Amino acid sequence: MNVVDLEKKLIRVARQNRPSDNVPYAFEKRIIAFLRPLPTPDCWGLWAGALWRAAVPCLALMLILTAWSLAPGWKSSTSDSLSQDMDNTVLAAIDQEQATELPE
Amino acid sequence: MEPTEADLIAAVLRGETAKFEPLVGKYSPRVFATARRYARRESEVEDIAQEVWAKAFQKLASYRGEAPFEHWLMRLTVRTCYDFLRAHQRNREKNFSELSDAEGDWLDRCVKQPESIEEDAEAARQLVNRILEQLSPQARLVITLLEIEDKSVKEIANLTGWSVPLVKVRAFRARAQMRKILLKIAKDKYL
Repeated sequence: MNVVDLEKKLIRVARQNRPSDNVPYAFEKRIIAFLRPLPTPDCWGLWAGALWRAAVPCLALMLILTAWSLAPGWKSSTSDSLSQDMDNTVLAAIDQEQATELPE
Repeated sequence: MEPTEADLIAAVLRGETAKFEPLVGKYSPRVFATARRYARRESEVEDIAQEVWAKAFQKLASYRGEAPFEHWLMRLTVRTCYDFLRAHQRNREKNFSELSDAEGDWLDRCVKQPESIEEDAEAARQLVNRILEQLSPQARLVITLLEIEDKSVKEIANLTGWSVPLVKVRAFRARAQMRKILLKIAKDKYL
């Protein structure tokens, strides 16, 4: 068998058999649907949406804090005022230092 | 008055995606015919065509309008088909399986009566497809473009993006690869 001849014949057959150029029905519509860009995001819309979503947890937190502050056990501190408590807390380290120095 | 291709392309670039539809409708037959040379299953052919159009849409800004849109699109199609062949390289049959009866008969007739090969072209077509599937992606692309589609080396270089000497080298290797496969078939059948 002459391989070169066989090759030529096969090539000739391949040339004679042109592939079909049929296009599936509505292919162009499908492509356009595939290519149609997604709608551009609306920045103000996104911001408003985020605010609305944040409103519910904020409201809930506010109600919890209000309820906590109004609760009867809230003023459990023995001191008279908040400023006094603040002073005590901030100056606690200095007071402690003075207390340890006194014995000398 | 119908808009020209240049008008349609300009409109697509301005964001009017719907203007791409006439281009898809006009050139899809060529895209499908080309894809069918490289893919067997119709689902694969459709995937290739879809990828070609997606790439064409994405890269449309790079089309300068110096050559016809069809040439630019066919370059994209051939390169997409080559990518498809490379991606499916591992799925190729590793060994040439037995010839079917029809293919064997066609081969017998081909040996005994070299002049009459027109009968049972379907068997011959199947045999050609099976041989082409055995080739490497590069070899298959070169044989298809050079021998079957009868394109010049320069045209192939333009379509594939390879240099002219590279196309020549690959064509030489592709023919050698094809003859090797044919020799193996002949050896299996007649020896």
